[in-house]
Amino acid sequence: MAVLHTVNKSPFERDSLATCLRLARPGSTLLLIEDGIYAALRGTAVEETLCAALGSHEIRVLEPDLLARGMDPAGLIEGIERVDYGGFVDLAAAHDSVQAWL
Amino acid sequence: MSKAPPPPPPPPDDFDDDEGPEIVKRFLYVNRRAPYGSIYALEALEVVLIGAAFDQDVSVAFIGDGVYQLKKGQDTAGVEMKNFSPTYRALEMYDVEKLYVERESLVARGLTAEDLIVPVEVLDSDALGAVMEQQDVVLSF
Amino acid sequence: MKFAIQVNEGPYQHQASDSAYHFTKAALAKGHEIYRVFFYHDGVNNGTRLATPPQDDRNITKRWGELAETHGLDLVLCVAAAQRRGIADRDEAKRHGKDADNVAPGFHISGLGQLVEAAIQSDRLMVFGD
Repeated sequence: MAVLHTVNKSPFERDSLATCLRLARPGSTLLLIEDGIYAALRGTAVEETLCAALGSHEIRVLEPDLLARGMDPAGLIEGIERVDYGGFVDLAAAHDSVQAWL
Repeated sequence: MSKAPPPPPPPPDDFDDDEGPEIVKRFLYVNRRAPYGSIYALEALEVVLIGAAFDQDVSVAFIGDGVYQLKKGQDTAGVEMKNFSPTYRALEMYDVEKLYVERESLVARGLTAEDLIVPVEVLDSDALGAVMEQQDVVLSF
Repeated sequence: MKFAIQVNEGPYQHQASDSAYHFTKAALAKGHEIYRVFFYHDGVNNGTRLATPPQDDRNITKRWGELAETHGLDLVLCVAAAQRRGIADRDEAKRHGKDADNVAPGFHISGLGQLVEAAIQSDRLMVFGD
């Protein structure tokens, strides 16, 4: 089953991203939304974690949430692609189930 | 020590036996919050109980602080909140028998299965992740 | 594809209702069906018609109601969660001896079974929360 995992909290606020990464199987996709987008930027304490995760997961970030928070798309970790809400919908449709890590 | 389990919920008001072939999905309820500090634990349990009437293939996972929901010996007299932990023991009566606890979460909190109010299956992250991957529907609270 | 949407948080306090709304709108624009939007926990607060948000910002309750009207959406407020939080329709208010009701247009109160049923009948369940 291809799973889409959504993470909406900042990795510095809550352990949702860490927990998700511990339990998400290789081949599943991660979508960072809301405050979760902060994990997608270069130069943070979790950059290495995300880079490692890219080895076994596709990672996407919801662009409207990135821009709302003043984050520059040019600062995204290489390999993390942006999607809009339409892309979010497409991801949900393309996977067999969606798991929200709140 | 504990109160009698609550009576089974009434059938849902929109339940219709004649609505075509019965769909059975693998439902997973994910609990990651401690009890009492917020209402998520209690209200998640309420969904599990109501959901039991729909005869789906139900599992409940306790991850992170969610493992605290199952801690024995909850005494809520001083905080004047309802102690709903005995309800986890009633889940069996509702045919909700697959209760999974993540080993890493227990260990990080200095707990073992002996500390829990109900028998559970303790799985490490890989094994629990594999269970989660097989689910059709995942409800998070 | 049929989507069921679960909203766990109230308007403004968290982004959950906003994210759910934008997802729902995008799904409809792509021709998908929204089977039901189910509001649970503090999410039931999205359904009060007594809110007066500032004029220069989005009106979360109103836009859900408008989206529901345009697309025939089923917006459900969980009865148990609503009772706890003081959201009541006329019947509920009467039943519990309250002197007012406050459910906003487009929303209605129903049981927790509607969430489970939506998850069974839909192809995907999307959960938005804190």
